[in-house]
Amino acid sequence: MALTREQIAQRISQELQDGFYVNLGIGIPTLVANYVPKGITVVLQSENGLLGVGPYPKENEVDADYINAGKETITTLPGSSVFSSAESFAMIRGGHVDLTVMGAMEVDESGSIANWIIPGKMVKGMGGAMDLVACGSRLIIAMQHVSKNGESKILPKCNLPLTGVAVVSKIVTELAVIDVTKEGLVLRERAPGVSIEDIKMATAARLIIPEDVSEIKT
Amino acid sequence: MNKLVKDADEAIKDIFDGAILALGGFGLCGIPENCISALVKKGVKNLTCISNNAGVDEFGIGLLLQQRQVKKMISSYVGENKLFEQLVLSGELELELTPQGTLAEKLRAGGAGIPAFFTATGYGTEIAKGKEVRQYDGKNYILERSLFADFAIVKAWKGDAMGNLVFRGTARNFNPNVATASHKTIAEVEHLVPIGEIDPDQVHVPGIYIKRIFQGKNYEKRIEKRKTSEG
Repeated sequence: MALTREQIAQRISQELQDGFYVNLGIGIPTLVANYVPKGITVVLQSENGLLGVGPYPKENEVDADYINAGKETITTLPGSSVFSSAESFAMIRGGHVDLTVMGAMEVDESGSIANWIIPGKMVKGMGGAMDLVACGSRLIIAMQHVSKNGESKILPKCNLPLTGVAVVSKIVTELAVIDVTKEGLVLRERAPGVSIEDIKMATAARLIIPEDVSEIKT
Repeated sequence: MNKLVKDADEAIKDIFDGAILALGGFGLCGIPENCISALVKKGVKNLTCISNNAGVDEFGIGLLLQQRQVKKMISSYVGENKLFEQLVLSGELELELTPQGTLAEKLRAGGAGIPAFFTATGYGTEIAKGKEVRQYDGKNYILERSLFADFAIVKAWKGDAMGNLVFRGTARNFNPNVATASHKTIAEVEHLVPIGEIDPDQVHVPGIYIKRIFQGKNYEKRIEKRKTSEG
């Protein structure tokens, strides 16, 4: 059985460590916040200028002055801090954020990633993604293994314009957990009931298959 | 010293056709609503707008786009605005997409008299085309030019006649950086307070950067994505 979006987030949450400062992108990455393991404190960074992103507000707490990077209304927590965009990206670009989780349209064997533009079709922009991937902190990609058209999103080389070059540490999809290493992409874990053969079929990139590929636990 | 002006119309009176404007705000949060409305009313054209986002179709900078007052946008993310995408794809509007951190730093550096800086952001991507690459300690960086605008427009929560500003929550965002990136910076505030009421330790933007300030009115403070824990 392929993992649900929630299970992908749950698997990624196992990578969190106590004291981590974490930036979560829009979509599946946002869900990671719901699965922070007990006994662990992480601080969520929102690149519009907030450390310590709290839960969504109650109806009577909604405040236009408090939003996250996805422009959703949010709350702060005891110990939160607010700052300017330049300060926010100083902490990102300075490598002070421990972990970033974001989605992608394509990832390749070298750990390069594309997620900001489809030439001639979609002009949205990179927002903070190029800064977040280039800063040298750990980068986990949360995404579906294949596109809606059934094409693999894990490629020998990205086709779309890049967001960053050789920046991804780990890829978590509904089928597998894959590490990006100097030697290439290494299959570490497979979703329950999904065979290594299934994963190879869904992956256009070359996969290194170690002897021991464990089942993803969520 | 006389920085206090009556309203947005007076504050923007000398903004000319073809001016380069830097505007504060992230999405619709912390945008200078009054000045944008006044610019629409004044009808200035061929503007270059430096702003992280381009508003939505019928609010924020979207209002200036509707009237075709903008020639060029320098932004990091414009995905919330359909008209915008249409104008760019049809070639009517020039767009310089800039990574968000690079944009913030271009404003900060520009305001601090630093004409350019090296950053790892965008190395090896389309953003790096034509830019100098230099290696420091084994890592590749590209050279980015800073930004300095003819006029900067910010919105603060509180301000005084000296131009000292205080922001509230994430409505701070680009505003403090934008405020420094011009010699003609206009601030509109929700609460104009007497000089001395703001504790010097709590000032977010010192008054030196602000040339004109006024008490804003009728703030809509629209919410782009209202999300609650109650669903």
